Amino acid sequence: MSFDFLVAPFVVGAISSFLAVIISIIDKIVNNYGEVKLSINGGKKELTVKGGSSLLFSLGEQDIFLPSACGGRATCGVCKIKVLSDVGPHLPTELPFLTKKEVEQNIRLSCQIKVKTDLEVEIPEELFAIQKHTTTVSSIRDLTHDIKEVKCVLKEPQRIDFKAGQYAQFVIPPYGKIKQETQRAYSISSSPSRNGELEFIVRLVPGGIATTYVFTILKEGDTLELIAPLGEFGLHGEYEDMLCIAGGSGMAPIKALLFDMFEKKVSGRDIYYFFGVAATKDMFYLDMFYDLEKKWPSFHFIPVIAEPDPGGKWKGETGLVTLPLERYLKEKLSQDKPKQGYLCGSPGMIDACIKVLTTHGIPEDSIFYDKFA
Amino acid sequence: MTPNVSPLILLFASIFTSNILLANFLGMCSFISISKDFKSANGLGLAVILVMTITSVINYAVYYYILVFFHIEYLRFIVFIIVIAAVVQMLEMVIERLSPALYMALGIFLPLITVNCAILGVALFMQIRHYDFVQAAVYGFGSGVGWWLAILALGAIRQKVEKAPVPAGLKGPGITLIIIGLMAMAFIGFSGMLNVQ
Repeated sequence: MSFDFLVAPFVVGAISSFLAVIISIIDKIVNNYGEVKLSINGGKKELTVKGGSSLLFSLGEQDIFLPSACGGRATCGVCKIKVLSDVGPHLPTELPFLTKKEVEQNIRLSCQIKVKTDLEVEIPEELFAIQKHTTTVSSIRDLTHDIKEVKCVLKEPQRIDFKAGQYAQFVIPPYGKIKQETQRAYSISSSPSRNGELEFIVRLVPGGIATTYVFTILKEGDTLELIAPLGEFGLHGEYEDMLCIAGGSGMAPIKALLFDMFEKKVSGRDIYYFFGVAATKDMFYLDMFYDLEKKWPSFHFIPVIAEPDPGGKWKGETGLVTLPLERYLKEKLSQDKPKQGYLCGSPGMIDACIKVLTTHGIPEDSIFYDKFA
Repeated sequence: MTPNVSPLILLFASIFTSNILLANFLGMCSFISISKDFKSANGLGLAVILVMTITSVINYAVYYYILVFFHIEYLRFIVFIIVIAAVVQMLEMVIERLSPALYMALGIFLPLITVNCAILGVALFMQIRHYDFVQAAVYGFGSGVGWWLAILALGAIRQKVEKAPVPAGLKGPGITLIIIGLMAMAFIGFSGMLNVQ
């Protein structure tokens, strides 16, 4: 029996693998850029990094965390950075996320820029404050059947400076069938005055990687890594009346905002907090806010349950949160004082509330929100 | 069996009389789509010269020293394509490192060339016509230069035509194909001087 038929596949295979080997050798030699210097904000900070990987990851290795929701896949467009050195024209992957003006200023997506030579970049100062924090979980408490309150004591570094309304990214290590590290954002619900401990409100999303981890694996005493502080949601202005509207775990940033204001003894502006949930079993923090209302005259708390248990003891507002919101806008609030909206909740709730607020004459640039899907 | 043509004449022939684009009509797709912009056309043309020269030499060696030796000449299509793809990949990495300016000028055209039929055509002609090593190298280089000249010419003409009152139905690819036809006729005029096949 002859094995001639084996010659062809063998030879073609040999040629292919020979070429593949040469390609990988060239790759090893050519894509070795050695050490590269990054100069940030006109030399305020100088970093030496290993060349060859993306700007986003090179900065991350040096503990400078640019916000990035997609993790470097050019799908979120958040990791924008101003590059002063010439790194070539914008790539087709970057352009969908950049406005004409940004292209002119050479704003780039840092995940798409390969660090090959010394680079000069500009990073907003507040991003330097973003750090990876190692924390220890000090308490996990059930607020409702599907919402937990998680408190973390900061270990390294021990303090954090943040503004009420900002969020942190949980670094979820691989577990079970999840083979990759993931990051998910949660608003900080404690006030900035408590800078040694952070509090979060986490709602269980069925099938969610991070929430499942928090609900089933994370225990008190465990180590949890956080990247914080991030986000631009926060307090604006000084005298406008405030309409805060939150749904479910959207409570978190609003709670931080309100307690921060209370501690700073803010007065002269009326604050209305509409907190909506679906059913009686979803309500939480009621006593805390009734208590706050008693201690703080300009604060008004309006909890709303869409469908309270029949025959239950609920005497407060019912229906969707937009109903009491509209009534208060018509009847209770002073008509001539400028007002602001602070919203946090599901996209549906936020869109509905923005509609109500704008029809009552609140301009869109006075409505601030944190939308989460 | 090697044709008795001096390399100099072969060079001239491959650029003008048997221009790979206008006489053999190979590499048409990128020829039509990229010629819209003169600068890109230049970049692509240069990339084609580079890749054609290198791949025809390498494919020559692969064909005569490996495929013929093992009597598997019938696999030349697959092997030529593999070699072209690998060479383009290597070139891309090397150019990116050595000359970022050239890399930017070539842009996405370098990887696109992998599937340019003119490159495969040159490798196959080189083998069908039994060229020797020097002839193969000259033929590859000449065909590349011919391709570059043709796309430059078309790019320049299209820039003029852009401002001409072309009937709406003929705008874009329509008028371009007519132009290419006229260019091809002009180039065929050269074939009276010498004809190398």
